[in-house]
Amino acid sequence: MGVIYTIWLRNVKRYLRSKSRIVGSLGMPLFFLLILGFGLNSVINIPGMEHDYIRFIIPGIVAMSVLFTSVFSGIQIIWDKQFGFLKETLVAPVSRVEIMLGQTLGGATTALIQGLIILVLSLFLGGGVPNVAGFLIAVLFMVLIGLSFTALGIAFASPMEDMHGFQLVMNFVIFPVFGLSGAVFPISTLPPFLRYLTYLDPLTYGVEGIRAGLLGTSQISPPVCFFALIGFATFMIFLGGYLFKRMKV
Amino acid sequence: MKIIILESLTKKFNGFTAVDNVSFTVKEGEVFGFLGPNGAGKTTTISMLATLLGPTLGEAHVNGFNIKTQKDDVRKSIGIIFQDPSLDEELTAYENMDFHGRLYHIKKDIREKRIKELLKLVELDERKNDLVKKFSGGMRRRLEIARGLLHEPKVLFLDEPTLGLDPQTRNHIWEYIQKLNKEKKITVMITTHYMEEADKLCDRVAIIDKGKIIALDTPKNLKDGIGGDLITVETPDAESLCPLVQEFSWFKSSNQHDGFVTFNVMDAEKHIAGIADLSCQNNIEIKSINVHKPTLEDVFLHFTGRTIREEEAGSVEHMRMMHKARRRR
Ligand SMILES: Nc1ncnc2c1ncn2[C@@H]1O[C@H](COP(=O)(O)OP(=O)(O)O)[C@@H](O)[C@H]1O
Ligand SMILES: [Mg+2]
Repeated sequence: MGVIYTIWLRNVKRYLRSKSRIVGSLGMPLFFLLILGFGLNSVINIPGMEHDYIRFIIPGIVAMSVLFTSVFSGIQIIWDKQFGFLKETLVAPVSRVEIMLGQTLGGATTALIQGLIILVLSLFLGGGVPNVAGFLIAVLFMVLIGLSFTALGIAFASPMEDMHGFQLVMNFVIFPVFGLSGAVFPISTLPPFLRYLTYLDPLTYGVEGIRAGLLGTSQISPPVCFFALIGFATFMIFLGGYLFKRMKV
Repeated sequence: MKIIILESLTKKFNGFTAVDNVSFTVKEGEVFGFLGPNGAGKTTTISMLATLLGPTLGEAHVNGFNIKTQKDDVRKSIGIIFQDPSLDEELTAYENMDFHGRLYHIKKDIREKRIKELLKLVELDERKNDLVKKFSGGMRRRLEIARGLLHEPKVLFLDEPTLGLDPQTRNHIWEYIQKLNKEKKITVMITTHYMEEADKLCDRVAIIDKGKIIALDTPKNLKDGIGGDLITVETPDAESLCPLVQEFSWFKSSNQHDGFVTFNVMDAEKHIAGIADLSCQNNIEIKSINVHKPTLEDVFLHFTGRTIREEEAGSVEHMRMMHKARRRR
């Protein structure tokens, strides 16, 4: 437990210290929120939904922010590898599983903070939080997205030698995961083959879960979202742990 | 007691043998030097002893524990200062120490007390709340040494602890290492390619070249083993000079390297004139002559026919520097 806390603490400290990173990674989500939200608000009318378009995409943008921050946190172990710090951790008499769990919890924590910042900012753009229960549901799904995708970042980073692969992961994994998740469009109006693709995207369940919390309505029922996402998180933590254990330094 | 035991330790990387059937022992309380040119296999050997790298073949024990089957016990017994930097630059000196202490399960009160002591020892207590990224190379190295000692290891591995530091800092660091060895009875295994440092400070040294141990003894015995004195002649025409000098009764052996030829002879002072005359008579140009007692560099030259300095200027070093420069970015 002490080891997991130690690694978690280091991650959170580093995050809180890097003000430029915190502000910098707000850029893209805010951009999406403003451009899509205000740009399309008057044009788009979502069938069966009494909310504005901007309120519809806020959960999607919060999820996006959590997704990017957590993948980035996971991938960060490549830097630790390159700057040599990872060796210091791996030569200590602790199990790699503990190190990986500490890293995952640390990444999920920073991702949650980043998501909450977007959520707070969205309040000024017409967003809202219905009640405490809804807020907690949203937080729960943010945590699950954070855990899953930090672990995914670690899984990708473990066999990588340097940052060259990072672009690949962003372009061929993260952007598609975001794009297909129904973060900015309703799933129900998609043509069937696309709809099935979105059902295969784990982030869909995260977005829908947050939506259920913040809007009170969603296209996939919250329990389904919960079990789908917790299943994915568990799978990713095992896979990330397995690859982290096999990693060479 | 033998605290480090290597038995036919071997490491292959895709068919390339980096450490080749290495066997030796280190005694408890010793300062043991592990010398050799770049790429000789020093870091690879240390990584195996520190359980970071699994051996391809062979066995090793550290503090009585098997490096393959008792990794955690080995890890608790050792401290290691890596060749490459291994601090978290975004944390302060104190936080780096604290992180280490927590990973090694050192209780809070003991941890705080020791961190204070050690930071004082390496003269960083005034800077303990500064981020490491503001530190100079020497300060970082001292912090790494302090960190490696925090859990009071039985064995301390130091991989090129003074590489790239200025002479003053190097002396400073060597003083700490000797002090720790004496006061805390820590066994020290240190790699370096500064031969004169090792000569002065190590109880025994092993010389490794191309993955193989080529000599192991006290520095004194190794140097005495060469016997006699050394005359180094700088000449473009070593080919002609060597056979002529070999005729003398006082000649023992010679080595050519890079425009220099080193003769191993008895009573060198008496024979400089002889070599100079001989060159003159045979029209062999001599740029300089130098006489000295054998050093560990000469021991290396004696066993391999090459100098360590030639190796350093070679491509390996260049590639490594390039590699490092890229990695630092
Ligand atoms: N991970 C690795 N993969 C392939 N070759 C390696 C690896 N690590 C070291 N080597 C090679 O093994 C040899 C010994 O390296 P090393 O132990 O670092 O030497 P030293 O520390 O004595 O300079 C070198 O030729 C180096 O290129
Ligand atoms: Mg080395």
